[in-house]
Amino acid sequence: MSRLLQALRIGANRGILEIKQFNRAREAVVFTIAFPVILLFIFGSIFDDEIAPSVTFSQYFVAGMIASGLVNSGFQNLAITIPMERDSGALKRLRGTPMPISSYFIGKSIQVAYSMSLQIVLLLLFGSLFFGLEIPSAGAKWIAFAWIVLLGSLSATVLGIAFSSVPKSGRAASAVVSPIVIILQFFSGVFFVFSQLPGWMQQFAAIFPLKWLTQGMRYVFLPDSFATQEVAGGFELGKIALILAVWTIIGSFIAIKTFKWMRK
Amino acid sequence: MIQIKGLRKSYGSLTAVDSLDLTIEQGEIFALLGPNGAGKTTTVEILEGYRSRDEGEVSVLGFDPANRGDVANAWRDRIGIVLQDSADGADLTVEESISHFSKYYSKRRDLDQLINAVGLEEKRKSRVHNLSGGQRRRLDVALGLVGTPELLFLDEPTTGFDPEARRAFWDLIRTLKEDGTTILLTTHYLDEAEALADRVGVIAQGKLIEVATPATLGGREEALATVSWRDQSGLLREESALDPTSILRRLLNDFQGEVPALTVKRPTLEEIYLRMIGEAK
Repeated sequence: MSRLLQALRIGANRGILEIKQFNRAREAVVFTIAFPVILLFIFGSIFDDEIAPSVTFSQYFVAGMIASGLVNSGFQNLAITIPMERDSGALKRLRGTPMPISSYFIGKSIQVAYSMSLQIVLLLLFGSLFFGLEIPSAGAKWIAFAWIVLLGSLSATVLGIAFSSVPKSGRAASAVVSPIVIILQFFSGVFFVFSQLPGWMQQFAAIFPLKWLTQGMRYVFLPDSFATQEVAGGFELGKIALILAVWTIIGSFIAIKTFKWMRK
Repeated sequence: MIQIKGLRKSYGSLTAVDSLDLTIEQGEIFALLGPNGAGKTTTVEILEGYRSRDEGEVSVLGFDPANRGDVANAWRDRIGIVLQDSADGADLTVEESISHFSKYYSKRRDLDQLINAVGLEEKRKSRVHNLSGGQRRRLDVALGLVGTPELLFLDEPTTGFDPEARRAFWDLIRTLKEDGTTILLTTHYLDEAEALADRVGVIAQGKLIEVATPATLGGREEALATVSWRDQSGLLREESALDPTSILRRLLNDFQGEVPALTVKRPTLEEIYLRMIGEAK
């Protein structure tokens, strides 16, 4: 068997194993899957005013939460679980076996794809049932949805792996990573309407992927007329693709250079 | 099997391993002994390919463990590593863990036989977090053995075992040796080293101070033996000599029949070891 096939085969096996472990760790399932749905119910129920003609804040919020879902299941999940695996000796053990290194990351990507899909399906389901989210019918919207999810999860995954070298321990990881994600959610127009945030907050958020993901999801799930409400007066799809691609490249480079299999 | 020449490794100003030379032969069980911080773990981790070295030549199965990439994976296919303090895979079952790790290797051991050999047949469907410390350790050993390694690294394998489990574990290790597996063992239990090892090496302050068989380490064979017995007046008596047999001859003459409370004691491996470590300081 060629080396590539071997790495893919073991990577697929790792993916299955990762999903098994993820499903069995109930706290993780609740944290990454149920929490966004709970937030959707809280925010969606409190703020249901119209923010633009035929657009309610709930609809705006669901689009933002779907974007956040990519960051949660990619960046937050990996930046927390990888340091924990480093502490438990899981990574050191793997490094002592003939497992191809790429198989480990293939397995992680499969797990991210799994939890991300679960999360998106739940948000779409509850969003459309209770909060007036309109599932798009135009093909162009679905094509945009597909590439935004793909580029978004790719950048979130590599950035999660890159950031996994920052927390000093598995225990500290959650305390380091979660606030970053929450602050980015506030700054990127998930909890508030982005165009109403102070200028410096908008400019800060524009450096990071989440702001662009929320904007992309608004293109997919809000009426085309909402474009005029965006800060730039449009959804800027080309710019979204470019910025996500740049972050994916930067993230991959840092991840490869800094990944650690042992604590010290 | 393993050849080390002039190995050196420092962390900042601290020299962890200092010009260490050692050869380990194919098929032998070699025990590396030494106090914490003596350089034992650093040496073993360099051999396992986890750590870089500053100086010296190292060859493990004819391969420099500092190499990376595809050759390194082919090399890892031939070794097994049992680490200390692993707490991973807690949500998987024993069977799932072993069967998954076997997929990494080309020469896989039979799953049922392996689970039997480490005595986990009753636990094969249990989640790892429900295992006792000793059972967890036996799973670690199974994961180290799953690829039929030519060389096995065992780091403190029986910590937390009860005496019976330890004996069973020693039997397992002896079976591996019969199959021709070379084993590098690090342990704090001197009785374990004595029971298993063909040769032992003592490391203190980064230097290998002696390599010998457990019976001859630190001049143990020639050391004074102590004979103790109870004399006619009921007092416990003790005499040490290089030739304890002469004392015994005398006692056999003095007593008609049984010599009360007779013991002949040579220094244990632990006593010899502690003396060597003390002198190295």
